[in-house]
Amino acid sequence: MRKISRRNFLLASGAVTISAALSACGGSSSSTSTASSAAASTAASDATAAQGKVLNIWCWNDEFQDRFNDYYPEVASIADDKSTTTLKDGTVVKWTINANENNNYQNKLDEALLNQDSAADDDKVDIFLIEADYALKYVDSDYALDVKADIGLTDADLAGQYQYTKDIVTVDGSQRGTTWQATPGLFAYRRSIAKDVLGTDDPTEVQSYLSDWDKFNDVAAQAHDKGYKMLSGFDDAYRTFSNNVAAPWVDGTTVKVDPNIMKWVDQTKEYTDKGYNNKSSLWDNQWAADQGPSGKVFGFFYSTWGINFTLLGNSLETPVAEGGKEEVGNGIYGDYAVCEGPQPYYWGGTWICGAAGSDNIDTIRDVMQKLTCDEAIMKQITLDTQDYTNNEAAMEEIANSDYKSDFLGGQNHIALFAEAAKKIDMSNAGPYDQGLNESFQTAFKDYFTGAVDEDTAKANFETAIKEKYPELTEVVWPA
Amino acid sequence: MGEKPKKKGSISYAKWGYIFIAPFFLIFAVFQLIPLGSTIYYSFFEYYRSGLKIIGPTFVGLKNYITLFATDLPKYFGNTLLLWIIGFIPQIAISLLLAAWFTDLRLKLKGQTFFKTVIYMPNLIMASAFAMLFFALFSDNGPVNAVLVNMGLLKEPFSFLNSVWGNRGLIGLMNFLMWFGNTTIMLMAAIMGVDPTLYEAAELDGCTPNQMFWKITIPLIRPILVYVMITSMIGGLQMFDVPQILTNGKGGPDRTSTTMIMYLNNHLFSKNYGMAGAVSVVLFLVCAVLCVVVYLGLTKEDDGLSKAERKARRQAKKQAKGGNA
Repeated sequence: MRKISRRNFLLASGAVTISAALSACGGSSSSTSTASSAAASTAASDATAAQGKVLNIWCWNDEFQDRFNDYYPEVASIADDKSTTTLKDGTVVKWTINANENNNYQNKLDEALLNQDSAADDDKVDIFLIEADYALKYVDSDYALDVKADIGLTDADLAGQYQYTKDIVTVDGSQRGTTWQATPGLFAYRRSIAKDVLGTDDPTEVQSYLSDWDKFNDVAAQAHDKGYKMLSGFDDAYRTFSNNVAAPWVDGTTVKVDPNIMKWVDQTKEYTDKGYNNKSSLWDNQWAADQGPSGKVFGFFYSTWGINFTLLGNSLETPVAEGGKEEVGNGIYGDYAVCEGPQPYYWGGTWICGAAGSDNIDTIRDVMQKLTCDEAIMKQITLDTQDYTNNEAAMEEIANSDYKSDFLGGQNHIALFAEAAKKIDMSNAGPYDQGLNESFQTAFKDYFTGAVDEDTAKANFETAIKEKYPELTEVVWPA
Repeated sequence: MGEKPKKKGSISYAKWGYIFIAPFFLIFAVFQLIPLGSTIYYSFFEYYRSGLKIIGPTFVGLKNYITLFATDLPKYFGNTLLLWIIGFIPQIAISLLLAAWFTDLRLKLKGQTFFKTVIYMPNLIMASAFAMLFFALFSDNGPVNAVLVNMGLLKEPFSFLNSVWGNRGLIGLMNFLMWFGNTTIMLMAAIMGVDPTLYEAAELDGCTPNQMFWKITIPLIRPILVYVMITSMIGGLQMFDVPQILTNGKGGPDRTSTTMIMYLNNHLFSKNYGMAGAVSVVLFLVCAVLCVVVYLGLTKEDDGLSKAERKARRQAKKQAKGGNA
């Protein structure tokens, strides 16, 4: 009797086990086959049936949302949780925000766009935002509308914008997006640390110490001797190298690693070994803390949006959300200044695209007109937020005025940006940039920290990108 | 006359029986069997998304499997097993010890209910929240490093999340913390099921507590031990949330904390259904084989004899039979 009951128990436990195994594998496979419908239902639930018109906007952070809510003249009211904005004509703007990292935003957006035809009118994506790193993927598809032919902007509307911001989203003569910002990059340094290390905090003089990489390295050594770090982390200087490459990342199905990117590897390894950086990664806690009052980092490579959107927030002792004010005395507000740095570069940039299949073309046209073409609004955004907007005339006007930024200790950084914006060359941008840049930084981080040797890091990069992009077949490293 | 109603009743009972069990089979078929079939089916295809274009499905035979075994699958399988073992060994050891203490009649520990609740607590927290907590605690500028540096134990912060064993150790620690309470309670139930007269008899015969534990408790709770081991192993093979979140989806330095499911997730993330299907099938086979092996190993030794003893006994029987004939 005892034996039988024990047997039964074992049988039962075996059955439980095997069915658990089955359900485990079944579970993962079911997510495979239902992935597309899941995304569709997410999109659907994001835009519940509304009576009036619905404008669905997809983006990856609240930067554009803030611009829209603050500067779009038609805004009537904003929901408490900011999830929707109501326009004066009753149109409800629904915000769908998905984080950017690891192609997350792209994958979610892809699902939504692929389901665009079958979605109900009010659930269709109307506007989606794209970033320089993968702009080509979308503007080179049928999902983004031509801003002139389909949406109805005129050449006169777009005349004031920087030419490069139009070129990068133009495929075969058809422009598929438009932006409110230009994103030249600069080097933002701490005035107090520069004074201690170099004896001056004047942007022109500091620039003369940092005008090429050899000089930059010398300053890094001096800063290290005084107990400072030149850069915060591994990836800080990455863009200055990756934007100055000779060819795009991918040629056909072959990934070509540019010699200039390998220079970044060598430099960062040297900085890490010598203790010139603080071993942080972009966007992590350490990196953010290094930009704040307790930071001991000489400076950060940042483009326009980074200064008002990220650096300013990180520099405060008491964040705005906790009642802090953006003023001198709160943390290190006022202690930063900018100079050109060793090499011109750009970083980021957000374009607004109208989605094919949208039933809100008129609203899209008006949004694009007001938020990217209107000189007065562009100028006001820059004056209020220190962002660098996409209107050459307005920016030149501010550059030549007595405008000064309190955050940057009274410097007129717009003048520097206006110079740098002319040098931007995005001809080597490609559709794979985000995935490849992130994988490259991740793979080589292990090399910098000493966890692996250089060849293993290279192999890990190859593995990672083949997972991300099955169509890429080969990686060619510079000799 | 007496037969008629009996027949009617039995027919309708059978019908209701099938109706009652139908929901399970329906749900099983829709949510598990059909997806399982389609997973196996697609594992033989090239089927992925390139940008906004869908490539395939094109039949490629065993190419996905060949790529899997030629590249990294063995490494991730090894990682998964290793991560499971470094969590499971302390888990089973501590759980056994605690279960023995809690059930020991002579110790009569006070506040048992309190401790049982406390050790079970970590299991109530979501694994992802737990991993986020550890991510913050053990980051380079986190509180753990701050405490260690302030106490003078470390000169400069130790980068737990950037070192192979720091990472693996934390994952093992988390799995241990989350599951030892659960295991302790199961083992306690098993130990309390052992006939107390056995212990009394052993005590009269002069057994030490140590001997009682190894010679009475352990053999008699073996079925539960094996059950704990099987469920833990399956959980271990499916390990995902803790390492995924602790390493920010990157699988640790040099991919040394990338588990099978994380690898599967990487393929699913880029919508590579062919390769993801192949990984799933391999994982399924591994789970099934391990379960069968453990199950068979257990049922065979049900009489509590070693292999050699059983062989000897069989031979003796044979000889006895032969002698009779």
